[in-house]
Order: sequence, then C-alpha cells, then structure tokens
Amino acid sequence: MPVTFTLNGAQVTVDAPPEMPLLWVLRDMLDLKGTKFGCGVSECGACTVHVNGRTTRSCQVRISTVEGDEVTTIEGLSPDGTHPLQQAWRELDVPQCGYCQAGQLMAASALLERISDPTDEDIDRAMNRNLCRCGTYIRIREGIHLAARRMTGTIGSAQSEEDS
Amino acid sequence: MSNGTMERRQFFRIATAAGGGLIVSSYFELFSSPAAAAVVDASRSVAAPIALGGHVRIDPNGIITLMAQNPEIGQGVKTMLPMLIAEELDVAWEDVTVEQADLNTDLYSGQFAGGSMATPTHWLPMRRAGAAARQLLVEAASRTWDLPVGELETESGAVHHRASGRRLSYGELVGAAATLQAPDPETVPLKDPSQFRIIGTPVPNVDIDAIVTGEPLFGIDTSLPGMVYAVFEKCPVFGGRVREANLEAVKAAPGVSEALVAEGGSDLAGLLSGVAIVGDNWWLVNQARLNVLQVSWDEGPTASESSEGYQAQANALFDQEPTMALRNDGDFESAYQAASHRVEADYSYPFISHTPLEPQNCTALFQDGRLELWAPTQTPERGRSMAAETLGIDESDVTLHLTRMGGGFGRRLYNDYLVEAAWIARQLEGTPVKLLWTREDDMRHDLYRPAGYHRLEGGVDASGRLVAWRNHFVSFGGNDRFASSASVRDSEFPAGAVPNMTMGASLIPFGIPTGALRAPGSNALSFVYQSFIDELAHAAGVDPLRFRLDLLASATDQTDLDPARMTGVLEKVAEVSGWGRTDLPPETGLGIAFHYSHRGYVAEVVQATVSRSGNLSVDKVWAAVDIGRHIINPLNAENNAQGGVIEGISHALGQEITIVDGRAAQANFDEYPLIRMPESPDVEIHFVETDNDPTGLGEPTLPPALPALCNAIFAVTGKRIRALPISRHDLRWA
Repeated sequence: MPVTFTLNGAQVTVDAPPEMPLLWVLRDMLDLKGTKFGCGVSECGACTVHVNGRTTRSCQVRISTVEGDEVTTIEGLSPDGTHPLQQAWRELDVPQCGYCQAGQLMAASALLERISDPTDEDIDRAMNRNLCRCGTYIRIREGIHLAARRMTGTIGSAQSEEDS
Repeated sequence: MSNGTMERRQFFRIATAAGGGLIVSSYFELFSSPAAAAVVDASRSVAAPIALGGHVRIDPNGIITLMAQNPEIGQGVKTMLPMLIAEELDVAWEDVTVEQADLNTDLYSGQFAGGSMATPTHWLPMRRAGAAARQLLVEAASRTWDLPVGELETESGAVHHRASGRRLSYGELVGAAATLQAPDPETVPLKDPSQFRIIGTPVPNVDIDAIVTGEPLFGIDTSLPGMVYAVFEKCPVFGGRVREANLEAVKAAPGVSEALVAEGGSDLAGLLSGVAIVGDNWWLVNQARLNVLQVSWDEGPTASESSEGYQAQANALFDQEPTMALRNDGDFESAYQAASHRVEADYSYPFISHTPLEPQNCTALFQDGRLELWAPTQTPERGRSMAAETLGIDESDVTLHLTRMGGGFGRRLYNDYLVEAAWIARQLEGTPVKLLWTREDDMRHDLYRPAGYHRLEGGVDASGRLVAWRNHFVSFGGNDRFASSASVRDSEFPAGAVPNMTMGASLIPFGIPTGALRAPGSNALSFVYQSFIDELAHAAGVDPLRFRLDLLASATDQTDLDPARMTGVLEKVAEVSGWGRTDLPPETGLGIAFHYSHRGYVAEVVQATVSRSGNLSVDKVWAAVDIGRHIINPLNAENNAQGGVIEGISHALGQEITIVDGRAAQANFDEYPLIRMPESPDVEIHFVETDNDPTGLGEPTLPPALPALCNAIFAVTGKRIRALPISRHDLRWA
C-alpha cells in the first residue's frame, strides 16, 4: 500500500507492507542508513527520528501511520551538517563508537526545540531513553549545553569566542 | 631512472566517483604492494616488514592518505594509529586523509582489536612506517637538489633547504622517491618526543562528520546491488540442534525467498545448527521467523543447567578441597590462626552479556569459488580462517573488508555471525547477502562473561598487616582447564604481597559459551579482591587507603604489578578526590579501589549517596591512570577512560544474565538494564605520566569502578555487597 509523507523536506511515496516499521522503510527501502537499529522494542533510542517535530522511536511506528506526516532523520537535521548540536559534537568529540549518536542528536534537537536552555534535569529526562553503550553521557550532556548556549546567544561560535 | 622500478612501484588507480564519474589518478605507493614489501624484506634478511607495508600513500598532487590498519570499535584506533604515522612523516594532520584498510596479512600485522594491545604493539612500528617514508622523501630531495641529506629538513609535508630557501612538497617528490630503495624501518631515526606536533594533541575522531550526519559507516550499513537479507535461528539452549523445521511454510511467507537448515558443528563460537531464512526485505524475513517458523529442537544436555544449579554446585565444592592448586606461599593455616583479625566471606558475580549497540551482522558474497566479506569483526584474521574452513575453500580465496563497529567490548572477537553469513552466502552463490541478528539473538547467543564464586579467608596481624589469604575459586571448565575468560592468574595481586597465601580452584563443567568481555578476568576479580581487601581494612580498623598503601609496600617481585606505579595512582586519586575529608553531604560516602590490568595502573574513588530508604546514586568518580609517558590523543583518551568507568558502574548496578533450562533468561534491554544518563556519574580522569612506554586504555579503567562503588556503599550503609549485581540487594539502612 503506497504511503506518502514528507521526509527531510521532500515528499516521498513508498509501497511497503503497512505493518513495516518506519525504521526499516528508512534503512532498507529509502537507503537512509543514519537511523540505527539497536533493540527493536523502544528501549535504546538508536532509531530516534522526528515525526511532526516529536521525538519518535521509528522501530515502533508502522509505515501506514505516517501518511501525510513530516519525518526528519539525522540526514535532514540540517542541510549541511552544521546544526549547533552537530557542531558541538564535533568540537567535544562526543562519540566513541558512534552508533547511538544519530539517535542522541535527534532526541537532543527535539529537546532544544522545546526548552531552549535546558537544565541537567531537563536533559536527564529527555535523554533517559537513549542508551550509549560506550558511556559518552558526560560529553552528550556537555554538547547539549554548549549547543543551547550557542542557540540562545549566551555565547558565540568557537571562532567568535577566540576573536572576542 | 629505471623503468622497471617505476613499473613496480607506480600504479594507476581507477575508482568510481560519488557522482558516477571516474576518478583516474596516478599515485605512488610507498611499500604498498606485496612486491614492494618483498623488496624491502630482501634488503633486511629479517622477519617480514611489520609496519611498513601499505600505510602511506602519497599522490603526486600532494594528497596524503594514511591507512588505518586495525578494526575500529569505538576505541579510537582509526584515528590514533594514523596519528603515529603522520607524526613521523612530518605532515600536518589537516592535510591527511585516513582510510580503513582491508584485512591484508601480507602488508599488515596485528590487525585486531583486543586486549588494549594497539598502543603497545604499534607505538613503534607505526612511527617507523612514517619515519621511513619521510626519510625516503628527504633522500629524493637530496638527489634532486644534489645536496647532502644533513642540510635538509621537513615540515608539514614538504622538504626544505633553509640556506637556499628551496622547498619541494612530498607530492612533488613522488617521482624521484619512486626510484629509491626503501630504508630499513628498524634503524630509521625517530623524532625526539620534544619535537612531537601531533602525538599528545587533541585530535577528533576521523569519522566524526560521517557519524553526526548519519552517513553509512557501520557493518549494518553495508549495501550492495542485488543484496538480499537473512536471519539465522538457533536453538535457545546452547548447543541444541535442529531436528526438523517447517521450511516450506516459511518459504511461502511474504518476502521470503529461501529457508535452509544448517547442519553446523559443535564449536559454540562457530557455525551452529540452525535455520537460515532469506528474502529481499529483512523485516519481512524476520516476521516469517517470528510468526511462521516452527522448529523442533534437540536441546541436548545443556538444557538441564541453570544459574541456580551452578550456585548449588559451587556451595558443594566449597566444602571440599580445591581440585587445582594454584599457589601456596608460606603457611596459611598457622598465620590465619595467629591473626588478630580474621574475615571469611563468599563472593560471586553473574554471567553478563556484551551487548554492543550494533547487533551482530555480516555481509557476504560467494562467487566463482571466492568469498567476499564486509565484516564488523575485532579479529578479522581469525574470521577469515573460520570462514574458509567452514566453506572448505582456501584462505587466499577470502577477501575481508573491515567496517567501523557499533561497539565491540570483546563480543566481536568471536566470528560466529561471520561464519553464518559465509555459510548462507555459499548457498546463494552469486547473490550478496546481509545477515542481521536481532537484539534478542545477540543477548541469547553471546559468549558471556562467565559467572564465578570465591570463598575467601583473610587474616590481619596486630600491626594491621595482611598476613594470611586463602581463596577457593569455583569457576567453569573441565579436565583442570578453565573455560574461556574463567581463569585467574596465580600472580594476581595481592599475590606476592601476602606472605601466607593459598589459592586453589575447582571447576564446574557446563555448556554455556563464554568469552572475553572488556578487561576479561579483571572485570570480575577486581570486584572480589578489592572488596575483600576493604573488608579486611575495616576489620582491622585501618583506613582503606592506608591499608592498600601498606599492602603495596609489602609487595615482592612475586606479583604481576609494579607497586611503585600503583602507589603513584593511589596517592593521586586520594589527593584529587579529597580522600578522608569530613565535609561530605549526609548519607554519602567514598569508596576506593585499584587494579592492574592490560598493562595499565588505575586507582579510583567513587562518591555515592544511599538514602536510608535504600536509593543509591553514584555521584562522582575520580580515576588516576598511569599508562606511561604519552597520552597519544588526550581528546579520545579521556572519553575512553570515562567510558570504562561508566561501564564498570553499569556492570555493578544491574547487569546479569541468568541461565534457566540451559538458555539465557534475558533477551533485550528491558530485562538487562544498561546504565542510562540519569544514573551515570560525573567521571574525572587524571593521567599520571611516568617514564614507561605508552600502553593501552580500552580496558584498565573498568575493573576498579565496581569495588570502589561497592566500598562506597559500605561506607554509607555498613552493608557489604558480596554478590553482584547491586540491584539484587536491599540497601535500606538505619
């Protein structure tokens, strides 16, 4: 059954079994490999995407339910890979293996849409469903704070900090 | 210039560009072909050139490509090893492109990820590879300019002649260098460390852009034209075999093209009996497996085994003499009876699973008698030989491409999933196939960190000195041979520091596959030994730090660690954590521990809060780490060291695989809780640099985290955790 939705700003139509999870449509039919499979039961958060701006575990979303929705994946988080979170992740060298980080970035970006300058408690609540098996939680938290400060204008970019 | 030499060393490379066009470039490979490697080898009359082959490629246009030879599991080796080459090649890191090498035992040695071995193994060979390439380029400039080598310098990818202001980039020297004999890497001069420009500086992960933008990178992301997908169902009881399966019904399910029974063998780390299901949509294939497949299993003898049964056997074995004597120093019985303070305690820890976040997978193509693998494996060489053996082909007919891995932790030292993919590909000749396990497959079919049971007795004399120690270790194995990762070294500290020591072991035969998990051995023994040492300190009324310092001061050369280095990190961690301070918040305590593993010296202090109602929070960890005189990439080193600590805390808090009826009772993260951000402590890493060759960091920070946490819990509650995980215990206190 064809399903039409907006994926990273462009309209796509896929003909997939209606029960097939969005995760597998993204990865195996649309060849967007950034969204990861980790558990299949909504426990690890590696498959996190945005559906209509909300943090969503794509392993739990049947493709038939996304008709007309707006889906954003890590590939569409920013046009050129320069979302403040992506920049912060680079600067702090957040990842170890890197496998969970697409999901971490998608969960974190949805958090910053809701709360522009989150506290540690806000971050704990928002990121609690995203596992990092390597244990990069310290840098993930730091990266979220850094991006938040940049986005709210509390501090500038690394370059302008050096200039000032 | 000899054309013959040129032909041997200069190649044309044709590759498909991303946009569909062709990139055609002429480039010069330093030592990169087997032929060239042989030339180098013949000039040396010693063993094969261990780190020369294939690491450096310089394009005439000046593009410098360094090959990352080892498997990347998140430990940072894909960045770190090329840093060593770039340092001695004298190029700016910004000008370097890093590529992942395939498995190539002609060009590379030591292509594996395990045992925190990359740094100690490759610290010199990688630098020599860079230095040899640099020397060749200097020689080329010397001949071009007709100037002595001694008047030339290199910097940022160019050779300079300061007096005349002349400069040639490495790219411009490629043609001249191609005519020269490669220098002997064993004797090529290396930089004085004071000249390092890359080693010791923070260098971000070379794959950071691909990771943060979601580009295909990991094994699971492999995609080939015409590729099909597979799942592989094994008996939930370890070693069980397929009696029969409803293959025809499975083949009729939507999306399924093939269903096959693999006979398999008896090696629990190899190809086991199972059912492969193949189709063009992995999700549908897995649905057919979950909803249609029915298998009648011959469960075999392991079906009668359980964690409960192992504990009962351990208790029975404790009542007998150990069947294996491991060490006997002095006279334990007399010293123990004469001791002023005596402590007896039983300790145990469960099976745990590796659970790297990327489920096991491998992509394989069998065609014209040859096998090609895209394999996330920590031991590609072993994977290749297992695949060749399973298929009955020659190893030279196997090509293995290394992919980045979504974690390893020791799980991918074993190539069971790789040989499953190879076997399925063999049945589907000409069609590439990606085998992908589910999380449930991964947790139910791991090679687990083995459980273990210890009966300990310790005695402290009136002066507070540990004088007697007896350990009866009940572990797994048979015929006086420990199962994989189920052993203990007879030199494991405090051996050599206690004058009267008896160590023995008894083994439980079992059918559970076990294997190395990050800091194997140490990840369990540190909890036992450093907790029991804490008990002895408290029994004697001696401060736990003081007790440990005294114990290290009594160490003889009959132990496996350097007591001076361990004392150094212990003193450092005491200093940075403020050990002994009295201004801690209420219901909060500190615990201390140290452990030597994988050549690394680590001491840790955990600050934990336990409410009277029994809620535990791990507030902070300080770790002092001595891995020698250089921290090659401090940006990655801190991250990796913090990760080791956090993993140790995670093990302690709640990780446990229980065996019930010969199978793993846990199958996914809802039943096997990994540490999450809110529980994860702040971790402060302090590197203590000592004048020793640098060693690895993947493992040593994990082991002491567990006992330091348990000792902190004792400091608050007076409750001693003697069986992991902590989640089993009621921590309420009054």
